[in-house]
Amino acid sequence: MKPALAYAAADGTFAATWLLLAFPAVGAAILLLGGRRANRWGPVLACLAAGAAFVLGLVLFAAMLGRAGDDRAISQHLFSWIPVNGFQVDAGLLLDPLSMCFVLLVTGVGTLIHIYALGYMAHDPNRRRFFGYLNLFVVAMLLLVLGNNFLALYVGWEGVGLASYLLIGFWSARPSAATAAKKAFIVNRVGDVGLSIAIMLMFATLGTTSYAGVLGGIGALGANSGTVTAIALLLLLGACGKSAQFPLQSWLLDAMEGPTPVSALIHAATMVTAGVYLIARSAPIFNLTSDGRLLVTIVGAVTLAIGAIIGCAYDDIKKVLASSTMSQIGYMFLAVGLGPAAYAIGILHLLTHGFFKATMFLGAGSVMHGMNDTVDMRRYGGLRTVMPITFWTFAMGYLAIIGFPGWAGFFSKDKIIEAAFDKGGTSGWVLGTVALIGAGVTAFYMTRLMIMTFFGERRWDPDAHPHESPAVMTGPMIVLALGSVISGFALTFGGGLQQFLEPVVGRSAEEGIHTISPTVLTLITLLVVAGGAAAAYRQYGTQAVPRTAPQAVSPVTVAARRNLYGDAVNESLLMRPGQYLTRALVFVDGRGVDGVVNGLAAGIGGSSGRLRHAQTGFVRSYALSMFGGAALVLAVLLLGRLG
Amino acid sequence: MTVTSPVGTDFPWLFVVGGLPLLGAVVVAALPRGRDVLAKRTALVVALLTLMATIAMGAAFDPGRGGGQQMTFQFGRSYAWITNFGIRFAVGVDGIALVLIALATILVPVVILASWHAAEEGRRSTKTFFALVLVLETMMIGVFAATDVFLFYVFFEAMLIPMYFLIGSYGGPRRSYAAVKFLLYSLLGGLLMLASVIGLYVVSGQQLPGGGTFDFATLATLHISPGVEKWLFLGFFIAFAIKAPLFPFHTWLPDAGAEAPTGGAVLLVGVLDKVGTFGFIRYCIPLFPNASRYFAPVVLTLAVIGIFYGAFLAMGQRDLKRFVSYTSVAHFGFIGMGVFALTSQGQAGSVLYMVNHGLSTGALFFVVGFLIDRRRTRLAAEYGGVGSVAPMMAGVFLVVALATLSLPGLSTFVSEFLVLVGTFTRYRALAIVATVGIILAALYILLVYQRTMTGPVTAGNERLRDLNAREAWVVAPLVALMFVLGVYPKPVLDVITPAVNATLAQVKAHDPQPTSGVPAAAAPASVPTVAPAAVTAGTVTAGTVDGSSK
Repeated sequence: MKPALAYAAADGTFAATWLLLAFPAVGAAILLLGGRRANRWGPVLACLAAGAAFVLGLVLFAAMLGRAGDDRAISQHLFSWIPVNGFQVDAGLLLDPLSMCFVLLVTGVGTLIHIYALGYMAHDPNRRRFFGYLNLFVVAMLLLVLGNNFLALYVGWEGVGLASYLLIGFWSARPSAATAAKKAFIVNRVGDVGLSIAIMLMFATLGTTSYAGVLGGIGALGANSGTVTAIALLLLLGACGKSAQFPLQSWLLDAMEGPTPVSALIHAATMVTAGVYLIARSAPIFNLTSDGRLLVTIVGAVTLAIGAIIGCAYDDIKKVLASSTMSQIGYMFLAVGLGPAAYAIGILHLLTHGFFKATMFLGAGSVMHGMNDTVDMRRYGGLRTVMPITFWTFAMGYLAIIGFPGWAGFFSKDKIIEAAFDKGGTSGWVLGTVALIGAGVTAFYMTRLMIMTFFGERRWDPDAHPHESPAVMTGPMIVLALGSVISGFALTFGGGLQQFLEPVVGRSAEEGIHTISPTVLTLITLLVVAGGAAAAYRQYGTQAVPRTAPQAVSPVTVAARRNLYGDAVNESLLMRPGQYLTRALVFVDGRGVDGVVNGLAAGIGGSSGRLRHAQTGFVRSYALSMFGGAALVLAVLLLGRLG
Repeated sequence: MTVTSPVGTDFPWLFVVGGLPLLGAVVVAALPRGRDVLAKRTALVVALLTLMATIAMGAAFDPGRGGGQQMTFQFGRSYAWITNFGIRFAVGVDGIALVLIALATILVPVVILASWHAAEEGRRSTKTFFALVLVLETMMIGVFAATDVFLFYVFFEAMLIPMYFLIGSYGGPRRSYAAVKFLLYSLLGGLLMLASVIGLYVVSGQQLPGGGTFDFATLATLHISPGVEKWLFLGFFIAFAIKAPLFPFHTWLPDAGAEAPTGGAVLLVGVLDKVGTFGFIRYCIPLFPNASRYFAPVVLTLAVIGIFYGAFLAMGQRDLKRFVSYTSVAHFGFIGMGVFALTSQGQAGSVLYMVNHGLSTGALFFVVGFLIDRRRTRLAAEYGGVGSVAPMMAGVFLVVALATLSLPGLSTFVSEFLVLVGTFTRYRALAIVATVGIILAALYILLVYQRTMTGPVTAGNERLRDLNAREAWVVAPLVALMFVLGVYPKPVLDVITPAVNATLAQVKAHDPQPTSGVPAAAAPASVPTVAPAAVTAGTVTAGTVDGSSK
């Protein structure tokens, strides 16, 4: 049954909920406005701000566990934000089990990455600004997950988009970084259009934008009504933009222009998963529309395939990881699209992914740090011995993502594959098969990455002197690696996460009718994964990796290297026509609209020669005389008053 | 009837606020030649005093008066002026006029500070420049405060004079062409409006026992025959559409905006243009309710075209000031749309949009002006990598750019979303199309930001100075207001909303009810204290329930 949408008031410990936002907000303000004075201690302050939010998050989590399961949704009203008659939007927060998961993920992983960045960005002259932006991101992301209405979510939604823009373009003197930042913002805005129209439709239909009103009242519209499906699809469009899902996936690869801690925090662990949050949060809406849910699963399946294929083709370590992120979020979309059966599984994968992908991105950053910022894996090789901590932590992430038994991904990804098959019918088989094959491809490209980076002969550039990163960087990596190992088991132990989330997203089908027995499916999955890993080993582990990418390759590889022509499509369908339209309109405005007016003036004057004359002085004196007339009228009127 | 004539019991705030700048202008103009610094300081002090008086007036204003059902003007004063024609010197403000006067009085001191060295080149008189700005301030206050239609017309036209000289004497290379173009367009519009004003007088003469009148409150009670009403509406509408400017009446703006001195451009686009959209709300709609409803779809279509047209044209500009002007064409499309959607969210959003646009576009003109002051070129291509040499300038540009693209958290978002949601409840397709415009807004402003502020430092920009203290003080209040009104717009909305409700009651336009038919009981319990017509009308709007409830 749908959970009752009566939220408890934020009293006692929960009165401090707003401080979650206040800590990083103050941090960001001090760092961004503080000027050079803050250069020395600013970065540390940013870490403390994020850390304070995490500690507060833990306190609130403990307090939440102390309450009964159906009494864990706490709403805090802050102030009336936009009140115009029937349109009443409040600034308010909702802390419930779902947002609690995100609060802990964002502040926890966020704090670790802040600390890592102390080392990674130590020599950047603008690091104060960098940490200011990081804190700004934390604020926006927390607002996104804590807002108690869709418009507050939207503020956070565009806020993280801004932080992403600022951080992708952080090294803005590089034109490629500036372009990538702008692209990310624009593509996200396409999604944001969907989200904002969805909010308008909610208001026009239900007269409110609050979660309590919309999610509680949507049932009155009836299952599969046109309006509900429309809202769901518009939300999905928004989710696709933020989470880099097909067809709005193209920005994420370019986003790797940003500093690596940013890639880890924003473009892997947290922000890009906001789409999954949006769908899970809107569960009561998606539960009412089977078409909407089906489309979510299709988007997820298509993207997980696209990401996996692209991931096999890149030599840039960050782009491989970015493709992988795309693909893994595809898994999460697939899960939440399956409805109540798998919302919790989608969130589970989101959390485990947050650990293992952050681990690997920080590992990649550590490798780059030691290799003069080279990202080309063909220039790596044999780093296992010179960077042992990086290698071992990365390996934990690797085992987690491919779903090695016992590691985090094993608990979450296998569950998604299982749930996809369990959907039943043709669609269930298709989705399940895609997810299953995707697991194999994941194993292939991740094994390829591991081998090219850490094993084999050293293909380093002559000036590369790789070394292990300082403790301030390896420390967070070790903590996250630990999470990659145990988080899957810890979160599913005794059905922990599922029961925790149940009041929000509903009961998941724990023991439904299985299409394939879970044990058999697990075995099949492990075989597929082993096959993918073995294929990668055969190709990259048993023969030398060339230092330049081979050119004589199959059309599939060529296409994959070009992002499956995603950019080419955007360029020819949107960018070029837009440029032509702009040029045409500039011409029309100058020669047409304005020309007609000038022409009319000339016509009245008698000839175009007159016009030229007019522009130099005639009209001026004419106008002045008119002004004289107007002034005269004014004077007469005033005199009339006086007289 | 539903419009209350001004009452004159209050302190004469409007004469203080409106008279101070005029007095200041006289003083500044009377200063001996060569005392330029004194002239500047005097002008600044006068402008700040005017701002303080406006703040005091705002504190004395009672938004709740009139209960939101009738148009109520406060601080009213009315004197016989030209008795033969029943013309009175009558002023008063409602919430809408109040916030626009506030906008004008906020921008003028900032403009004066920004224009500190604007008149120093050549043989142009410094004190005349500042006297003109102060005269213009009085005119702007008068045009918003007039409650006699003829008086409004006088201010509407008189406003042109100081602006003409500001552009024509202190502008860029093509200033005379731009000034004349601005003037001719405005005069043409003014002429049409004058015809309509006289028409109104004639109609009132036929209907009222006491003969014709120009009193707004009385005119709003006339019953004009439909044909006549449409013609009179068009006279006002075209004048306002040119002033605003609404597509396709916009072509004077890029020239005027580009050639005007920066301070003049800020006042032109920030305040003067708002007279057009203010006129839509104050005059077109209450005086001609039937014609307004009749023409609303046409206006809305033009507004939406303007959003896209302005955006594409902005993208195609090489000249930074023309670029800013075209962004305004797009923004005025949003404002016009919100006004003519005839919903309280749309109109309140539009009024707030006018204020926010004044702040954000004003700041954008300033930042662009600072750049041009340094490099003496308006071409965007001449700038590149400025962020590396002048980080503060780039930071301010970024914030202003974000305001231009209506980022949530900044004030422009509140107004833009209100306009969109207010339009959506009545004209879904139009609102959806208009929402796509927010992508273009992001595109045009971020393109310019990227071209000028990021990338490697290009030739000629290596030694570009960062903002100095004076320049920082120019933009700081605007940026601060953008943040404050983005987070807590309620005080301003509380002033605007009753006035908007009264205007809409005049056209008998009610907000559409939620189509689900479910009373918004689930909404937060904060039911507005001033129950608007829409809410009291109840939920018995079965006709509006769409297919979704089947």
